[in-house]
Order: sequence, then structure tokens, then C-alpha cells
Amino acid sequence: MASQPLKCPMTKQQILDEHFIENRTRLLDIAAFLDRLDRTGRDGGEADFRAEVFSEAIALLWRPSPSRVKTIQMIFSDPTTAPLALLDQKSARGAYDRDRREAP
Amino acid sequence: MQYIDLHAHMTSRTTDDYYQMALTGCVALTDPAFWPGFDRISADGFEDYFHHLTDFEPKRAARYGIQHYTWLCMNPKEADNRKLSKEVIARLPKYLDRPNVIGIGEIGLNRVTRNELETFKDQIDLAVRFQKMVLIHTPHLEDKYKGTRLIVETLVKDGRIRPEQILIDHAEEHTIDMIIENGFWAGITLYPQTKVSPQRAIDILETVGPDRICVSSACDWGPSLPAAIPQFAMEMRRRRYADETIHKIIYENPATFLAQSSKFRMKPPPSRRLTAPGAGRNGSGKKL
Repeated sequence: MASQPLKCPMTKQQILDEHFIENRTRLLDIAAFLDRLDRTGRDGGEADFRAEVFSEAIALLWRPSPSRVKTIQMIFSDPTTAPLALLDQKSARGAYDRDRREAP
Repeated sequence: MQYIDLHAHMTSRTTDDYYQMALTGCVALTDPAFWPGFDRISADGFEDYFHHLTDFEPKRAARYGIQHYTWLCMNPKEADNRKLSKEVIARLPKYLDRPNVIGIGEIGLNRVTRNELETFKDQIDLAVRFQKMVLIHTPHLEDKYKGTRLIVETLVKDGRIRPEQILIDHAEEHTIDMIIENGFWAGITLYPQTKVSPQRAIDILETVGPDRICVSSACDWGPSLPAAIPQFAMEMRRRRYADETIHKIIYENPATFLAQSSKFRMKPPPSRRLTAPGAGRNGSGKKL
């Protein structure tokens, strides 16, 4: 059913030449975000499931995988299959809380 | 370069946005009914909104040479309220014949509750009974995978729908395969924070292929970009794609999908028309 994937017209060298700087900046933004969490954590912040999942996702960046982005998407995703019995909140929070308890 | 934005909530945007979209090549858009940021207290509020989408917006868009189409429904964010949902769904049919109404949408799931799922099924039933195309919202962030899977399973199990007349929107890397493999169209929404960047959208096309996939801005009242599609086109140019490949994604694909509706006034390329006589599960192959 699926069509042929598009073939990226750029070489690996061209991708690095054009996109290295912007992704270097993104990497530094993430490093700064983690430093910021550490600094505020020293002031007595509580553990948060989102920070834990974020660290888990970062650790997976270098693990061999056919698709790092799919693997990380699934780390953030709710793996359950049954619909919620009751609406608990209006908006998603970005990561699944594995310790959450749902009303029956 | 001309483009069609398949998902733009123009009731939340200014006239200047129409102007900018027209300047950057937008020739048509579809504006799905959605959540205004608060829960409405009665079905009357929805009727006002449906009137806005079918009367005021097409006129406002036309002043900038943009064809405005819409999808009407009870949206997923308010769909957990079953009583209100039933009232809204009961009032929908009288709007479906209006000239710019393509079909039912954006229906779907938000937090993936039992009530949302029941409302979703009610609206699929409505689309089948009135032979309308459907635009489907999938949940965001951690709820996306579960919600998309449930939506696809529900549609496949229903057995009455024609997948080529349904676009499942807000697809991402971990959900697009199940959408495409089951014969549906997939939408990728280019949203600066919670959805997909132009770079990742192109990566998806390089993984899945360009057929039955549309990109859209999903611009609304949140942080979003009415000119997201031209930015996507620019990113494809940066990646050295030919203009004809870009044109296929931003114009031909949405035109081909929308041309299944008799309401859509633009012509897709002849080779890409989908409504061949006799095609389709409901036997007619005719335009909806």
C-alpha cells in the first residue's frame, strides 16, 4: 500500500555542512535545560515522571535503532489499550506517567 | 508556488493572516470545527459557530482569492460530554448541504475516554448515513499512539467506511504507518511546539513515501504559523527537492483527496482522481 519513500537528494556531507550548526544549538538548549533542572533540584524540587522519562529518552539517543525518533516517541507514549473510564484532565502532559492510577 | 492548507482554524486568525497566506500562494483551505479554548454550555453555541464557518469565513477568505471549505462536528475536546454531543450531532445534518461543507470533522479522541469513543462512533455513523468524507483528529503527545490505534481499529471494525475518503490527522513517526497501511490518508500538522517541524515532516516522507500524505499548518489560537506550508516548501528546497515533488505534497495531494467531494471546486491532475466509477465499498464511486 505504501509508496516509495522519497530519497533525500543531499549527501551526508551536505547535511552536516548545512544542518550541523542548528542541531548543535538544539543540543546545547537541551544541555542547558538539564542544567536548569539540576540547579532548581538543589533547592529541594520533587522528582517528576517527565524528567525521568526525558533522561531515559536521552540515554537512548546513542543506542542503535532503525528509528531513534520512533523509539523515543514510544517512550513518551501511553502503552495501554483501554479507554479511560472518566475524563481526568483536558490536555496531555507530554509523557505517560507509569505510576498513575486510573479510576475503575 | 500554490498550495492548499487542509487544516487551518481561521475563525481564530486575523484577516492579516488571510492576506499573508494569499501572498505566500494559498489558494484554498479547509477549516475543521474545533475547540475554542473553553467548553460551550449549549448546542446553540455550536450552531452559531457552524453558521460562522459556512457563511462569514468563506466570504472573508474570498476577498483574498482563497477558497474556504469546512468540516463540521462535535470536536474531541468537548466530546466527553455525551448529552451535549448528542444534541450537537442531532443538529448537524441541516448544515451538511451548505456549499462549503466538505464533510464531518475534526472528530476523534482527546484523552481517549469511553465517552469520547462513543461520540466518535456516533459521528462515523452520521458520516456513513449522509455519505460524507471525514477528517479525524488524533490525540497529542503521550495520548497519540493509544488514540490513533483505537481510532484505526474502530474504523476497520466498522466495515462501512471507505478509507480513501478519510484523512487521519496529526500523524507522527510512530503512528503514520498504521494509518497508511490501512488505506487512509494521513495528515502531518506543522506546529512549532507540540506537533511536527518541517524538517521532521520531510524525514517522514523520506521514510514512508509521498502518497496519501498531506501537510497542513493547523493554525489556531495557540502558538502556530499560518505560513507553515510555505516554510515547509522552503525546507524541501533547502534539501534540494525538485519543485514538482514539492508541488505534489502541498497542492496535488490535498487536491486529490478533496476532489472526492463534489463541493470542492479545484481540479486535481487527471491521473490522480480517485473516484473512478464503481470504486468503493458503498458501491457508487460517486463524489460525496
